Amino acid sequence: MKTIEIVLNGMNRSVSSEEGTPLIYVLRNDLGLTGTKLGCGLEQCGACMVLVNGEPTFSCVRTVEEFEGCVIETIEGLGNPEQPSLIQKVFAEENAAQCGYCTAGVIVSISGLFAKNPRPTDKQVKEVLCRHLCRCGSHPRILAAIEKLRGQKLDE
Amino acid sequence: MTRNKEPWIGQAVPRVEDAALLSGNARYIDDLSPVPGIKHVCFLRSPYPHAKLIDIDISAALKMPGVYSILTGDDISAITDPLVSAIRAPVTYYPIAVEKVRYVGEPVALVIADDRYLAEDAAEVINVTYNELSAVVDPLEAIKAMAPPLHEKVGSNVLHDRQFVYGDPDNAFAEADHVIKLNWRYPKQSATPMETFGVIAQFERQPDRYTVWSNFQGPYILQPIMARALRVSGNFLRLISAPFSGGSFGLKQSIYPYIVLLAAASRISGLPLKWTEDRLEHLMASSSAADRADELEAAFASDGTLLGLRFKNCVNVGAYVRAPEPASVYRMHAASNGCYAVKNISIQNTLVSTNKMPVGLNRGYGGPQFYYGLERMMDLTARKLNIDTAEIRRKNFIPKDQFPFHAPAGAIYDSGNYSEALDLLLKLSNYENIKQRRKQARAAGKLFGIGMGAGVEPSGSNMAYVTLAQTAEERKRAGGRSGGTAVASVTIDPSGAVSVNLDSTPAGQGHQTVAAQIVADILGLSPSKINVNTALDTGTGGWSLASGNYSNRFSSIVITSLTRSAEKIAMKLIKIAANILEVATEDIELVGGGARVVGIPDTAIPIERVAAAAHWDPVSLPTDLEPGLSDIAYYNPDVLASPDKEDRVASALTFGYIFDLAAVEIDPATGRVTVDRYASVHDVGRVLNPIIVEGQIRGGFAHGFGAAMFEELSYDDNGNFLSGSFADYLCPNASDLPHLEFAHYRTDTPTNPLGSKGMGDGSSMLTPVVMANAVADALGCEQIDLPLTLNKVWKLIQERKIK
Repeated sequence: MKTIEIVLNGMNRSVSSEEGTPLIYVLRNDLGLTGTKLGCGLEQCGACMVLVNGEPTFSCVRTVEEFEGCVIETIEGLGNPEQPSLIQKVFAEENAAQCGYCTAGVIVSISGLFAKNPRPTDKQVKEVLCRHLCRCGSHPRILAAIEKLRGQKLDE
Repeated sequence: MTRNKEPWIGQAVPRVEDAALLSGNARYIDDLSPVPGIKHVCFLRSPYPHAKLIDIDISAALKMPGVYSILTGDDISAITDPLVSAIRAPVTYYPIAVEKVRYVGEPVALVIADDRYLAEDAAEVINVTYNELSAVVDPLEAIKAMAPPLHEKVGSNVLHDRQFVYGDPDNAFAEADHVIKLNWRYPKQSATPMETFGVIAQFERQPDRYTVWSNFQGPYILQPIMARALRVSGNFLRLISAPFSGGSFGLKQSIYPYIVLLAAASRISGLPLKWTEDRLEHLMASSSAADRADELEAAFASDGTLLGLRFKNCVNVGAYVRAPEPASVYRMHAASNGCYAVKNISIQNTLVSTNKMPVGLNRGYGGPQFYYGLERMMDLTARKLNIDTAEIRRKNFIPKDQFPFHAPAGAIYDSGNYSEALDLLLKLSNYENIKQRRKQARAAGKLFGIGMGAGVEPSGSNMAYVTLAQTAEERKRAGGRSGGTAVASVTIDPSGAVSVNLDSTPAGQGHQTVAAQIVADILGLSPSKINVNTALDTGTGGWSLASGNYSNRFSSIVITSLTRSAEKIAMKLIKIAANILEVATEDIELVGGGARVVGIPDTAIPIERVAAAAHWDPVSLPTDLEPGLSDIAYYNPDVLASPDKEDRVASALTFGYIFDLAAVEIDPATGRVTVDRYASVHDVGRVLNPIIVEGQIRGGFAHGFGAAMFEELSYDDNGNFLSGSFADYLCPNASDLPHLEFAHYRTDTPTNPLGSKGMGDGSSMLTPVVMANAVADALGCEQIDLPLTLNKVWKLIQERKIK
């Protein structure tokens, strides 16, 4: 067992886990944050995306000890039903979710993108979205949501 | 009874599902821990496509830390019976290998441990001795006499072979001016939902019973098959679905062997067990659509009139025939004429076993394979006879005055106007302009092509269509089979709050939202006041054999059971309100969240008060009313009857239709296909919620486009599996998908009270052939197989140069 310190969704947390455990299992199984989803386990689908120091990061392969001292945000930290983030609101308005399994990861990535740059170029958007698979075919609506978000203030 | 002035149905009501989905609060199967003390399961799977199991040595593995138990096929088969299907060939199918393995990934041993890691560590030291056998993966190779038989008792790899004749195809072919023949290979593909399979099983004693939580999607006709395998009566196998399912597209039908396996293992070990499939397991060993080696001959008159069709379908079901197979080849059977008025059809269906993963439901279920032949044929013939591809279809369309149309093989098409819908497609795609541009592009030496496709979408399946696999005589002996019953219930509690239960187990289709819209209209409420539960529990909720999420049954059949249930509750509310207000029931309307005398707002009493009378003050009720406010409606459309003696069957309730057109340009240097335009017209009848319908249309197209361009579950000739990750099984992402233009053409179905047809498969059935038609048109080739990878298209370009 190894204990590390992280800032998780704004709270200081001591996390103890077996060495070599991918971050996602600690989030889901030990900390009860089940909003982060496992889709492939090989960093190929993006369902497991979390923000690490503001960067969209796959959580399904890299082990928890690699995240010592990091600021980690999961979908649960980005907003809630009472106070959704602007991105969550716009995703709802644009009906960008169907089964919803990939959606949390997409929202995390888009949040990371917009936090750095409120007017990302098409190329930057596509680079981010290429890391995400969605089998319900919500891609055009995700793109529509991003279009709507461009230039809007995220922290309103 | 008066409804709201502006009905909720048809409005773009935002999805109630979204708040939970977008905030990480939706609970999927792997998020659940319904009982304490759950242990974790992993499988040791066969690395060989075909081998005898000589010995499984678990002694070292049992000593590994955290391990409770390791079970093999001998343990499981000792307390279960094989899973049965509609095929009579002696294929013994257990959910874990017994004596032999027949595909790469077949479960060989089941390890139970404290967590998945420990289970996998133990699985690694299980020592299995295999005696390798030669394998076969190609269905046409598998039917040859020298091929290694998978199931010795069958005697060959042909599990099923039936010939059907409708009309007089021999005469049609004798009289034809042109006979055109096509043969092709359709690849093995999967819709790969982002969430994989998950099962939690618990066995309890006295009475001996199983409770299973999973993301199983139905059809619940598989519940009695599971109960029979587990040797319990149906009421002792309780199936509970998770509140949310991360996509299914048919795949999650095939969870049921794992339900049996986990349930049996729970019994043997005495432990509650959980298994969450990983992606490699899903791609290698869950389920897929069938690959096929089909042939189609068509007889045409010189003017392009389609006179007859001869289908030879050769379906590779993989290592076992798993119910509801052979349904994939029978789903389109009754509609084998497609959109056309052709009367003379023969069909030969051959089912073959090979050393590949078994097959099952997948979006479009048999539709993509069927339309690949028929719609390639229409485009190819148009080119050969120098007729416009749109006009050859129009010429053969079922005329609008023939609806409801009785198809030669028994389907009853409910409504349509194909010619006008085609006009809409041509307008939407600016067809004349595209043709002009094709001419110009070709004059400039470019590779530009146009492809088209038309198809009907059978929705709301008749559970009996699969019995076409048996002869009329066999069906008679087996007893009657018919129907596609849907179940819904509406309950109002003492506080006046409305709850709805559905049997439709959605996986992202927004059934909660649409069901609330429907009930809101009938009870005069806002949809936000209605809570819809879709987590089906066979122990407590209503269900029947057809329950589940497949064949687009929600908007074709389920809505009728829901409407009936809600109307019965509405009538009871009206009677109670009439009693309170001391007027006749005819004078009461439900509107604005309450009941009132028609047109007199001052008399309104809120629904809470009306409902309260049924619970708090039952003595006050009119004498013909029972206390409480709850109704459950079982509904089956009578048209879904048993197949007749001539093997005709009304296979589904509604037949919406889809017409698609693609224009493509191909880079001659690389083979890269660029979509210039993709347009699609759908007749789904009345649109219940445009947000949800659009989502389904775009999703069907995305699946169809992936299937056309990228996707194949590949095996080498020796049966080794080659597509074990998303790096090998390529799915389209946001950059790959072209823009889809779509439009609705509306003819309401007369088969349900709302006029909506089933929809959801949509372009997943047509985009594969439409893209193939467009590429074939650009390259001027006849023979073209999917997926249209860069490599394959480049090769076709080189062949063209040689010619």
